[in-house]
Amino acid sequence: MSDVVVIGAGIIGAACARALAVSGARVTLLDRGSPATATSAHGEGNILVSDKGPGPELDLARYAASLWPGLSEELADELGPAFPALEYERKGGLVAATTLTGAEPLLAFARTQRAAGLDARPVGADAALVLEPDLSPDVTAAVHYPEDAQVQPVAAAEALLASARRRGVDVRGGTEVVGAVTSGGRIRGVRTTTGTVEADTVVVAAGPWSGAVGQRLGAPLSVLPRRGMVLVTTRMPHRIRHKVYDGDYFGATQSADAALQTSAVVESTAAGTVLIGSSREQVGFDVRLRVDVLAAIARRALRLFPTLTDASIMRSYLGFRPYVPDHLPVIGADDRLAGLWFATGHEGAGIGLAPATGEIVAALVGGRVPALDAHPFRPGRPGLLGASGEDHREP
Amino acid sequence: MSRDDRVTITVDGVPVGGRAGQSIAGVLIGAGEQAWRTTSFASAARGVFCGIGVCFDCVVEVNGLADVRACLRRARDGDVVVRQHIAPPEVIP
Amino acid sequence: MTPHSIGRPGRRHVVVVGAGPAGLSAARAAAEAGARVTVLDASHATGGQYWRHAAGPHEQLTDEELRLQHGWDTYCVLDAAVRSHPAVELVTRAQVWAAERHDDGPRLHVLVGEPDDAGRVPLTFSPDAVVLATGAHDRTLPFPGWELPGVTTAGAAQALAKADGVAVGSRVLVAGAGPFLLPVAATLAAVGATVLGVHEASRAGALARGWLDRPWRLAGTSGKLLELAGYAAGHVRHRIPYRVGEAVVAAHGHGRVEAVTISRLDPTWAPIAGTERVVEVDAVCVSHGFTPRLELAVALGTAITTERFVDVDVRQRTSSPHVWAAGETTGIAGVDAALAEGWLAGHDAAGGAPDERRARTAVRRRAATHEVARRMAAAHGIPVQGAGSGPGWLRWLTDDTVVCRCEEVTAGRLRDTAAVTCSTDPVSVKLTSRAGLGICQGRMCSAAVTAILGAPGALESRPVAAPVRLGDLARAAGPSA
Repeated sequence: MSDVVVIGAGIIGAACARALAVSGARVTLLDRGSPATATSAHGEGNILVSDKGPGPELDLARYAASLWPGLSEELADELGPAFPALEYERKGGLVAATTLTGAEPLLAFARTQRAAGLDARPVGADAALVLEPDLSPDVTAAVHYPEDAQVQPVAAAEALLASARRRGVDVRGGTEVVGAVTSGGRIRGVRTTTGTVEADTVVVAAGPWSGAVGQRLGAPLSVLPRRGMVLVTTRMPHRIRHKVYDGDYFGATQSADAALQTSAVVESTAAGTVLIGSSREQVGFDVRLRVDVLAAIARRALRLFPTLTDASIMRSYLGFRPYVPDHLPVIGADDRLAGLWFATGHEGAGIGLAPATGEIVAALVGGRVPALDAHPFRPGRPGLLGASGEDHREP
Repeated sequence: MSRDDRVTITVDGVPVGGRAGQSIAGVLIGAGEQAWRTTSFASAARGVFCGIGVCFDCVVEVNGLADVRACLRRARDGDVVVRQHIAPPEVIP
Repeated sequence: MTPHSIGRPGRRHVVVVGAGPAGLSAARAAAEAGARVTVLDASHATGGQYWRHAAGPHEQLTDEELRLQHGWDTYCVLDAAVRSHPAVELVTRAQVWAAERHDDGPRLHVLVGEPDDAGRVPLTFSPDAVVLATGAHDRTLPFPGWELPGVTTAGAAQALAKADGVAVGSRVLVAGAGPFLLPVAATLAAVGATVLGVHEASRAGALARGWLDRPWRLAGTSGKLLELAGYAAGHVRHRIPYRVGEAVVAAHGHGRVEAVTISRLDPTWAPIAGTERVVEVDAVCVSHGFTPRLELAVALGTAITTERFVDVDVRQRTSSPHVWAAGETTGIAGVDAALAEGWLAGHDAAGGAPDERRARTAVRRRAATHEVARRMAAAHGIPVQGAGSGPGWLRWLTDDTVVCRCEEVTAGRLRDTAAVTCSTDPVSVKLTSRAGLGICQGRMCSAAVTAILGAPGALESRPVAAPVRLGDLARAAGPSA
């Protein structure tokens, strides 16, 4: 196999680089900053199947979920006890409706997922309280998803990077791509702030900056940043055992509305803190804190867990999800420039979908048939190509 | 409030007296205590370190509310103070 | 305008954060220049750490308490001026927990009530100008055992003595770097502790170069020198030994400090082998300098200097429109500097004319005090380089030394994590090692973590500037009217 450049050393780029190296490619992984410190470091580590409706993304999520247990063990064995724990936990998800009108859509959605073969178990209020004793008794409906899981996203990304390095991947931080080297109608490499890197294959895995990187390579893509904020409590007695979110979360993820949307996503971490999300809004790469967003998240969370009212919030962080208008990841070759590939657009699901994305990219680049039909994720599908209307201001 | 007023708080149920206006840390140190929190991982004893609300080493539970900085909170008569130990979640298998 | 509008419309509204020397001075200057002023302080009382005290402002301190204060008359005058001015609104127990940058200016989110309580009263301010006078806290370098109870910062000993009237121990040793160790030792002696010694890490050479170099340039700062002379006299009275070129390099004990190891240091602050001796103590107060409280400044987008202070111009303006800064958040130069800077910041933030006679006096006074700051840094500054890799004080650390006190992350764990992940990036290492992820949010350890990793970059972004209960956050005021 030929030389490959992967642009973006977040978890998607790391997973792609590692999988490509496993299949024999000589890989250079570039990042303009430090690896694993942008979008991958500002999420919650979701490995969710519960928030996906039947179709290609659910198929991708289930494929990814099936890879994580083996992958996390493999990485732990390979990297040894000195490596930070990945904190992979198949803790299960619990989705709850807090309004009467929200109950039936949640149960109907779960029925469609069940029909597609997903383990989605409607539970009554009493059973929900057994799963989550602090849950509001006002919950009107709940669905338990045993397949949902969680991982420490930066540890996972660093583990994939470390494993990739062991397979010969050259990981270079502080290297920004400024343009493409092309000849004969195909890409031959990239020009960077630290020199030219030759490669017959270039994979753009730059998360919400993928559109801008594509533009520099002559192949713009409609990837927009969708900002999210998360609250973190101090360490608390361990009470919340699942990934618990309100039924409005699915609506928020599927919405194309640029205005602020919030839903409660509440979970404990292995360190004993509780992460409380989430928000979605399209405001470019604006890094300024907004208290009204935090307050809206807090109100949502308290409807699910009234007992969190005294929880002490010590920290908040914000990040930018790579958003595409049809909510499907972008994985595949770009027909406009031979040798150019994209692996981006995972919105808030990139951590969970990373291993599957890496496997698919490695298979496609290597001319093999991937384990999952990747056609729905192709960059050339309607509505993606061309410059985005979004102002790509850098933070 | 007069400078000579006394306050009594309870610490893990035991009455401890102090002077009005003192912080909870001041009352505890005045009573001869140096440590009142145990850490989550090593279960090590901790007390005041920075004394001005920055390090959070001295946090206690006050009237049912955890993570109150003893160096900042003034003791009020009848405050129910509990030494804080918050265990981390069980190790994930 | 905020719900707390007072004064006439059209008048500039200046919010001063912090009611220590700089903040009080800024508030008075801003009010005298015609602004409507709101002063916010998280504590119960004004005065800041410098004039920390137990009693209310109008109560008389006892003679015993007065002995612990310096420039108390200045405080009383300032405090009275601020309280009595009709255009000044003073809010104590007011914690600014978030600062937002909006296109039309800053917005401050405040909770008023008992520290860390639930159900505090929310206030939101959208002023024309913010003066940040948030001060600084002690910086203590880690050493084995520094997490033991009874090991405190020097500032803690000072605060507990001044505000609570208690001594942190009965056999106490004071160590670290800087002239502020002297008043702490004097304070400890005054509240009844036996101070076994003051151990200054800087060696005689550095002290001489810093303090004795061109003494005429200190002409404008006689107050500072008199203050230091006073401490020296106090030391003689209390017979407290003062040793230079020495540090506490380890604390020992079971459940509390019982002894410390003192070692002589080389100029990089590396311990000199064979010079160690063990001293029995029941408390030790250690500070190696100060770290400014930058949360609000960073949130408001102000530029930070390479020395990690808020960057200000001659009028105390930061790089961020609407934002001024004064006092120790802009550099450690003592109370006279804070008063002068506060006056300049408050006056300019209120729109006062810059060429006034008083402004010129304040600029001159500030320049003189900054000479003190320069000398202090030269004499007592923490070495940044050593003979081998990194500063010599890193050799105090063993693999088992706790660096992040909150998450109990050791130096060995930190180094191992950086090695196996091939990363010294502060964001990545924080999230993989947990150093700096605990309840203090890296306020105590982040500078040490950076030094241990040998990596540039600092983690000063703390959008939640102080902890807030989720229920209070849910009730946080939205955009003010």
